[in-house]
Parts: sequence; structure tokens; C-alpha cells
Amino acid sequence: MPIAVWPTPDGGEEYALAFDSGRARRLLILPPLFEEANKVRHTLVEAMRRLDRMGIDSFLPDLPGCNESPAPLERQWLAGWRAAAIAAAGHFAATHLLTVRAAAILAPPALSGWRYAPTGGANALRAMLRARSISGRESGINETAEDLLQIGRGEGLELAGYRLGPQMVRDLEAARLPDSGRLSDIPHAAIGGSAPWLRAEPGFDPAQADMLAGFLAVELGKMDEGK
Amino acid sequence: MKDAMSTASEISGQTDTILREILCDVLGLDRARVDGFTSDTGLFGHLPELDSMAVAGLLTEIEDRLDIIIDDDEIDGEMLETYGALLAFVGNKREVG
Repeated sequence: MPIAVWPTPDGGEEYALAFDSGRARRLLILPPLFEEANKVRHTLVEAMRRLDRMGIDSFLPDLPGCNESPAPLERQWLAGWRAAAIAAAGHFAATHLLTVRAAAILAPPALSGWRYAPTGGANALRAMLRARSISGRESGINETAEDLLQIGRGEGLELAGYRLGPQMVRDLEAARLPDSGRLSDIPHAAIGGSAPWLRAEPGFDPAQADMLAGFLAVELGKMDEGK
Repeated sequence: MKDAMSTASEISGQTDTILREILCDVLGLDRARVDGFTSDTGLFGHLPELDSMAVAGLLTEIEDRLDIIIDDDEIDGEMLETYGALLAFVGNKREVG
């Protein structure tokens, strides 16, 4: 796997998966947040391989605190991630952007591109709060999502194995899906099959990587013609 | 009256179809297997794939696709125990709003 290192705005370094052959079309991919990132990663990596074969460079950065990042997740907040996304776009000289799921709330405003199955930060947080509430009940602990949110706002919270700081909890709660701006939405129905981020057991469907890469290549081609 | 009744049964058929689609997505099962689910088919506690995170994803997806809101205190083991119980819960939600 082609791994690159990129500098973050706070002086740190993070990894990125990078298919970089110095080509004109360079796509920055911001993966979903938290657990969904693990479920979708295989599909994204395979889509990147296909884009590479179609003559398109692509970059999948680890945001601070995510994936292989050495930075602690609980010190991250959305403004930091947005700044990091802009830094990654600059470092890799991205020409276009693909956000996946809740990464739509991190989109650097200067790039045009796509949002795949976009959702807001509040929705992502809600699902994780609910998961903790349900698993608590199984072990006889009665904590509602609202109770948990209250705690999380003050002192942070561990949700689905992710330790979120209080600022991140408050940020996510307030992060509705923004207007698409320069991005176009790709509904999952356009890719087809079962949505990888929903699957209880991670799975990979090569047809989805084919569809996603094919769609992006066609759209990027149209943009070139339009110039 | 006839119109009202056929509309109600259309909605319930639609709910059944959408609910099965969501279960296919969440469980990663093929459609044929989920189509074979009966009212008595066990869900939470019966299917190992359906852990708490998956249930949370399932409920959130049900809300999005069926345009309902499920309150925290409505979620209990009973409504998630069988396909029939979940369908009845969601169907009731859609009618009552």
C-alpha cells in the first residue's frame, strides 16, 4: 500500500494512503467518522486502486486521532479536523474532494466534488449514544442517550470504543449536514447493494468499488470537458 | 371506507418491504434469506451480527427511511426480539405519527 506522510496544522504528522503519480486529477477522500470508517475503508481503498488504473490520483488521509494516527482522539475537535482537512488538501494539491457519510461536515469549502451518502455529525453522535444506551441496558445499566449526552458535554464520553472529548461531543451535537455548496451528493442508491457502513459485520462488495470509481471517473471527465 | 382500508394495508405492506431492506443492509444477508423471516424470527439476542452498535444503526436507519422518530424510552428488548414485534412497533409508529 502506498503510504505518505503529511503535516498537520498543529505541527504533527499523519499518514495517508496515497496513489500519487503526479497526475492532473487529484482526489482527496475524507472517510466517515469513527466506527463507520472501519466498515467503509476496504471499499474506499479498492475504489482508489480502480481510480489509479483510470489515471486519477487519490489520497485518503488519517485525520488526527483516527485510524493509525498517534494523536489522542479525545483531544480532537471539529475545527481541528476541518483545518487538518484543508492542510491535507493543500499538501497533496487536491483538485477535487469526496466526503463519505459524516465527513461531509469537514469539507474544505474551496474544493468541488462529491458527498457520498452525506449525514450530519448530530446523526453520527446519536447512533453512538444509542448504541451505548442499548448495551448498557443489556448489562442492567439504565442510562438514556440524553443522560449520556449531558455527561459527554461536560467531561467527554467513550462511545463504541471511541473516547470523545467534551468539545467534540458539543461540536458533533451542533453539526447538522451543511448545504452542499460546491459539492454534489451521491446517494447510496446510485452505488447499489447493501450500504457498507450499516453492515454489522464488515464486508466488501467489489461491485460497489467498481461503481464508485466508475462514477467518479465519469464525473471528473465531464468536468474536464466543461473547462 | 374501502379506500381508507386499502391505503392502510398499502402502508403496512410498504413498511414490511422497507424494514426487510434495512435488515438486509444491516445484517449483510441476502434478500432471499430476509424474505424468509416470519413474525417469529428472532432478532436481537438471536442473531450474533446484531450487537448494540448494529441495533443503533438499524434504528437510526429505520427513522431515516420511514420518517419516524423513535424515543429512547421506547427501545426495549421486547420490540427488538422478533421480526413481528419490530414490524408491529414500526407500523404503529407510522400510523400514530
